[in-house]
Amino acid sequence: MSGASSLIIAPILLPLLAGACMLLLNGERHRPIVASLNVGATVALVCIATILLGISDAGTRDVYRLGNWPAPFGIVLVLDRLSALMLLLTNILALASVVYSLARWHRAGAHFHSLFQFLLMGLDGAFLTGDLFNLFVFFELLLAASYGLLLHGSGLARVKAGLHYIVVNLAASLLFLIGVSLIYGVTGTLNMADLAARVPAVGAESRGLLEAGAGVLAVAFLLKAGMWPLNFWLPTAYAAASPPVASIFAIMTKVGVYIVLRLSLLLFGEDAGASAGFGREFLLLAGLATILFGAIGTLASQDTARLGGFSVLISSGTVLAATGMGQVGVTSGALFYLVSSTLGISAFFLLVELIERGREPGADMIAVTREAYGEEDERDEVEEDVGTAIVATMGLLGVAFIGCALVIAGLPPLSGFIAKFALLAAALHPADQPGGAIPGSGWALLAVLILSGIATLVAMARAGIRIFWASPDRTVPRVRLIEMAPIMFLLFICAAQTVWAGPVIRFMQAAAHSLHSPADYISDVLDTGASSRQAEGK
Amino acid sequence: MEFVLAIGIGTLAASGVWLILRPRTFQVIIGLSLLSYAVNLFIVAMGRVRTGAPVLIAKEAGDPARYADPLPQALVLTAIVISFATTALFLVVLLASRGLARTDHVDGQEPEA
Repeated sequence: MSGASSLIIAPILLPLLAGACMLLLNGERHRPIVASLNVGATVALVCIATILLGISDAGTRDVYRLGNWPAPFGIVLVLDRLSALMLLLTNILALASVVYSLARWHRAGAHFHSLFQFLLMGLDGAFLTGDLFNLFVFFELLLAASYGLLLHGSGLARVKAGLHYIVVNLAASLLFLIGVSLIYGVTGTLNMADLAARVPAVGAESRGLLEAGAGVLAVAFLLKAGMWPLNFWLPTAYAAASPPVASIFAIMTKVGVYIVLRLSLLLFGEDAGASAGFGREFLLLAGLATILFGAIGTLASQDTARLGGFSVLISSGTVLAATGMGQVGVTSGALFYLVSSTLGISAFFLLVELIERGREPGADMIAVTREAYGEEDERDEVEEDVGTAIVATMGLLGVAFIGCALVIAGLPPLSGFIAKFALLAAALHPADQPGGAIPGSGWALLAVLILSGIATLVAMARAGIRIFWASPDRTVPRVRLIEMAPIMFLLFICAAQTVWAGPVIRFMQAAAHSLHSPADYISDVLDTGASSRQAEGK
Repeated sequence: MEFVLAIGIGTLAASGVWLILRPRTFQVIIGLSLLSYAVNLFIVAMGRVRTGAPVLIAKEAGDPARYADPLPQALVLTAIVISFATTALFLVVLLASRGLARTDHVDGQEPEA
């Protein structure tokens, strides 16, 4: 087995080992060691993910066989462009979030760093695995870590939101199991590639059962992706989480989106026989509904963190709707959008706490509704010296806020605009009817995307005016460089994505092409087993 | 036997769903447990319901239809462990919520009557 394909397991093993070591080094005394271990492991993960991205761009899918059993019998990890891209995105967000937490948030409770590494392990595993039940295990792993992280810092608001979050996700996990076992009952396999190969051959009498299983499975993922109407828990939970946690949670909805994107194209792509295109219309409509719900939510939210939560919904709704279009061009635009919006939202969650720091709690609620919301927020800030402030704090915060708003709302000149442009250009010029009429779904997506962009812009502008201009009673927050740097880092990546949009788009197009050709995926995953078995036999 | 199993799974799932929708945290956790029992039984049922069939294929293998499918049993074992762990974790959160909010309502506050 070559060194390259052994590297595929590193994003899972490294966080596991790092997290386990941190558990042994518990306690206040060891905190500097644990923190530096966490930063070191995350930096290493970013490097590994970058190398894997380079490997995946060669075009072939690398397969790592756990236990060295060939594909349909053993569990495999599969690296292709999409999974490498998601790995890199996850670990970049993780790096920003962990550096930010060093300023003070990691001291708000025990085991922050080890939980953080376990969350990364679950995320990386979910992006890499090529087996449905193994996916369930990684999902549970990342969820268990996320329960702990959401409660990090404690306080009534977090425990309340955490309780709902845990119940909703436990119920979703049970649906996941029902879906997986239904699919297994019909096809007799859990390997994704083998499954895709067997779906066209499923007889008419059990096709209904298979589609029911896929539907139940999809509900579990869509709940995590925050699809309307399964997303009422999301803005509350994200707003209650501590900022570094909310920032890494921005990728958690994308896990659900990623799985839906991968499985719907793999199992129900063009070659899937009678089931081809199963669930597409539903995804499109539900995605559009999610965007609209998110847009209304951003307009209605008076709390900046909730504004971020609703932006998460718009972002995953857009990618889901694009998945429902089922066209290569739209998918590549959606991937570009996914990266840019996740980076922007993640930076926004980090920024929210900094700009809230100088203000009295609840200052951003309109006076009347503050009454209606009633309860005093228990702000469990770790009030202590936050260190030396950096110069021109307000100016920097303002620039960062504008940057986040531009990326999230999709205005030029940052990457959000290019993403939406790529998405809509492809949706309005479908490849299968060149020069022909624009399909109704294209118009619907155009209208809803523009509308949600305007809503986000209005909400962002309103929040910005209230924070930066109309707050006479504010003190300049003390912000440390270590808190500002991660935000600037994330926004810098968005800027880089804008400047080098050409190569990035080319990569996304290649990723979308390989997603839309499931036959290659099947032969790559299943044949690797056969060919290397022969090689070993000789 | 299929009939009894189906009725059993259905009863467990229905009770579980009803309890999850109740306003007290204790009812919710019992509901989740019942639901996970229903799901575990369902996974076993998906491997075809057999009695007395060996799991492993013996030397004179012959027809694989004579053997029970070992995979769902492995899956169910994993599912049981995971749901047990998450239930325990939920129990801790439940107690924290009870301590902080001084009520066992799922919203952390009593509804205004």
